[in-house]
Amino acid sequence: MSVKFPLLLAALAAAAPHSARAEWAWNFPAPVTPLALDTLHVHNTFMAIALAIFVVVFAIMLYSIFTHRKSRGMEPATFTRPSTAAQVFWTTIPFLVFAFIDFILMGIPAYHSVVVMEDTRSDADMVVKVTGSQWKWQYEYPEEGIRFVSALATTPEQIADRAAKGEHYLLEVDHPLVLPVGKKVRILLTSTDVIHTWWVPQFGAKRDAIPGFIRETWARIERPGTYRGQCAELCGKGHGFMPVVVQAVAEPEYRLWVARQKGEQAAQAAGAERVWSRDELMKQGETVYGKVCAVCHQAQGQGIPGAFPALAGSKVVNGPALDRQGRLVKDGHLDRVMNGKPGTAMQAFKATLSDSEIAGVVTYERNSFGNKMGDAVQPAQVKALR
Amino acid sequence: MTTGELALHQAHAVPPRGWLRWLTTTNHKDIGTMYLVFSLAMFFVGGLMILLVRAELFRPGLQLMEPELFNQLIGVHALVMIFMALMPAATGFANWMIPLMIGAPDMALPRLNNWSFWLLPPAATLLLMPFVLALFGVGTGAVGTGWTLYAPLSVQDGMGMDFAIFAIHLLGISSVMGSINIIVTILNLRAPGMTLMKLPLFAWGWLLTAFMLVAVIPVLAGAVTMLLTDRHFGTHFFNAGGGGDPILFQHLFWFFGHPEVYIVLFPVWGFTPHILSAFARKPVYGYRAQVYAFWVIGVLSVIVWGHHIMTSGLSTAGLLYFMYSTMAISLPLSVLFFCWIATLWRGAMTFEAPMLFALGMIVLFGVGGLTGLVLADAAADAQYHHSYFVVAHFHYTLFAGGIMGIMAGAYFWLPKMTGHLYSEKLAQWHFWLTAVAFNLTFLPQFFLGLAGMPRRIPDYALQFADFNWVSSVGAFFLGAAQLLFLVNVVKCIRGGPPAGDKPWEGAQGLEWTLPSPPPRHTFQTRPVGE
Repeated sequence: MSVKFPLLLAALAAAAPHSARAEWAWNFPAPVTPLALDTLHVHNTFMAIALAIFVVVFAIMLYSIFTHRKSRGMEPATFTRPSTAAQVFWTTIPFLVFAFIDFILMGIPAYHSVVVMEDTRSDADMVVKVTGSQWKWQYEYPEEGIRFVSALATTPEQIADRAAKGEHYLLEVDHPLVLPVGKKVRILLTSTDVIHTWWVPQFGAKRDAIPGFIRETWARIERPGTYRGQCAELCGKGHGFMPVVVQAVAEPEYRLWVARQKGEQAAQAAGAERVWSRDELMKQGETVYGKVCAVCHQAQGQGIPGAFPALAGSKVVNGPALDRQGRLVKDGHLDRVMNGKPGTAMQAFKATLSDSEIAGVVTYERNSFGNKMGDAVQPAQVKALR
Repeated sequence: MTTGELALHQAHAVPPRGWLRWLTTTNHKDIGTMYLVFSLAMFFVGGLMILLVRAELFRPGLQLMEPELFNQLIGVHALVMIFMALMPAATGFANWMIPLMIGAPDMALPRLNNWSFWLLPPAATLLLMPFVLALFGVGTGAVGTGWTLYAPLSVQDGMGMDFAIFAIHLLGISSVMGSINIIVTILNLRAPGMTLMKLPLFAWGWLLTAFMLVAVIPVLAGAVTMLLTDRHFGTHFFNAGGGGDPILFQHLFWFFGHPEVYIVLFPVWGFTPHILSAFARKPVYGYRAQVYAFWVIGVLSVIVWGHHIMTSGLSTAGLLYFMYSTMAISLPLSVLFFCWIATLWRGAMTFEAPMLFALGMIVLFGVGGLTGLVLADAAADAQYHHSYFVVAHFHYTLFAGGIMGIMAGAYFWLPKMTGHLYSEKLAQWHFWLTAVAFNLTFLPQFFLGLAGMPRRIPDYALQFADFNWVSSVGAFFLGAAQLLFLVNVVKCIRGGPPAGDKPWEGAQGLEWTLPSPPPRHTFQTRPVGE
């Protein structure tokens, strides 16, 4: 055993990850909002208090353990309760100390922190709506009319150890949330399927996104930068792959970004007005499928038996999507994609995808994985059905 | 009873041999043994699951399993450890020791007792079977929502969820029946002269546990039944689309879930003073204070559940209420800690395995308790919640406070139950390896949580790699150390130096007046108290 033990340790050490990004962090990451700063302060204070209690209480116990031993010839005492007035006084001390710590020393700062945390509305400069869906976030700027989906950008190859992991492995997205610094942002949260939790540690903000209800939190980011977090509530198989990335930029830069987004969205909306070629739709559909659908229905549309139905050869996909009058066929292909299937992970994608994206992906699915429907759905048709 | 009747009775009481004895037994010692053996087996099943999880988390990337299986393993690990390892262990000790401690001939309701136990193996089968079925292509595996079963994820989940719901029903029925039995036994079968305020603290702890179980298990049963009807019969209790509320499930679950912590810990806190007193050779300090503290914690336990759902959007007033009421639990807990240390004070201590585990439990549970105090702060909780900080915290309470406490009890009573002394050397190794490996496993998890690692993720960002590696190594050692316990228990059952009536010099109580192992029937004539 004595020989094997260090060998085993050496083998384990060799197998350990040696990464430049790995770091031994002992406390919260650097706070960038007043809320996070306050939380860090409260946390540090309380930890110090807890540590002090721990040290004092167990120093007394340790003293007793080392002194009051049979091997030191101790004759055991026989007391079972405080007997003198002085002893009664001393026995109440721990009780009083804890009451003081709980309700004064910790209780008062905690009260103020909670009130600050819950005050999402006063002096709010802008609103962002965050919608969690299995397994991505949708961000919406109601005042600007901007809406987009933000999904994991790390490749499956990296996750499967078939490619080198990037610096921001699992904490990178295709479209980060962009927010101006110095503004109080009221963040409204909801979900389209199960409960998710939106969390950016450096903001000190964590709140559940609950289907059918609106919850809120807030952030006033004080330093420009990129801040990363994750979904914190178990939400199914993609729970670990649902990062939150926020880019905080100066106000002028933010205005510029807003203008650009509006332009892009206008171009996209215009796309619904014209007739798309089949190749265009297929190309658009392939992109959307890879980003949105493949996580469940798999890359080749084969699904996961028992959990997620296959699209290859599926009755729904190979059935009619629209009737002769251009109306939705109930429980048909387009209906499923637009309105989802209640009680399953199949969500209503009309909430998160644009007309051309829906038209593209439906066309793509009907003409891929061995499905040969030969038809196409136009963005204008989708738009008419909203 | 005349001599003739007694002889007849004893002839009648000869148990059947072989497996029929165990299936039909109504003897509290047999049933206690079955509970303990079942618990030990499930402890290793649950442990094996989490070692698979820790192996997956050994380094970044997915190497061993798909996220679906990962989600199933973490949830079933928790259900197995809580419902099938910790609770049955405590019930096993109760069955064995409470009648001996209070001078009762058996449990008050022996047939119910048999049934309470025999519901457990079917429950375990139901919970675990979906893993096996999935291997044969039936279903998608066991329940994949974590042990908290939050709706709507649990409405969406596969058939493993239905198996889990019925497993929970069986476990719940078993617990409630076991609890009723313990309440009735303690209230009715005490030896003459043993008033409630002379009841051994272990029995007091269990009495409170039993009351809490009877109070909260039906709420859990109701919640999972509502889940079942939401899944299959078109109700909308937890669906906002039909006027329901997903958060309702969380309220119901934690109304059960928070008292559950004390349900697991009270039996341990009950026998901890027995052990401290035995090895300090000094009477228990503050008996009354400890009983009152149990009562206060028991009452507080059912009004603080909201601190488990502080990020779900409780009102400001709700947050403040749950924060202060949770902090208030530290007051009666400080009384218990004070009494434990005062029991040691100026004693003549020796440090056999039960004492080591009891002291280790007190120190490490102290970490769990103090981090719990910090977690109670609703603002800081927003950072800790759903993170590895919480995972570390509840393992300091439930592994250190629960399992290490159970180990203390096991070593304390093994000589009484088997009639043999266990190997002290092996037990000392077991303790020190467990204590070191436990901290190696869970201390890094506090830092992971603070750095921002959410719980229940199968893969993680690179900055979390180092601490996860340490934690996994610790977990493998922790698991391996428990094999020493298994070896020691098996050896102790099979033989060893005779224990004598009272193997521990300072032990007090009726159970130590009996031979070791005690005869099949004890206290058929009632002992007379002082």
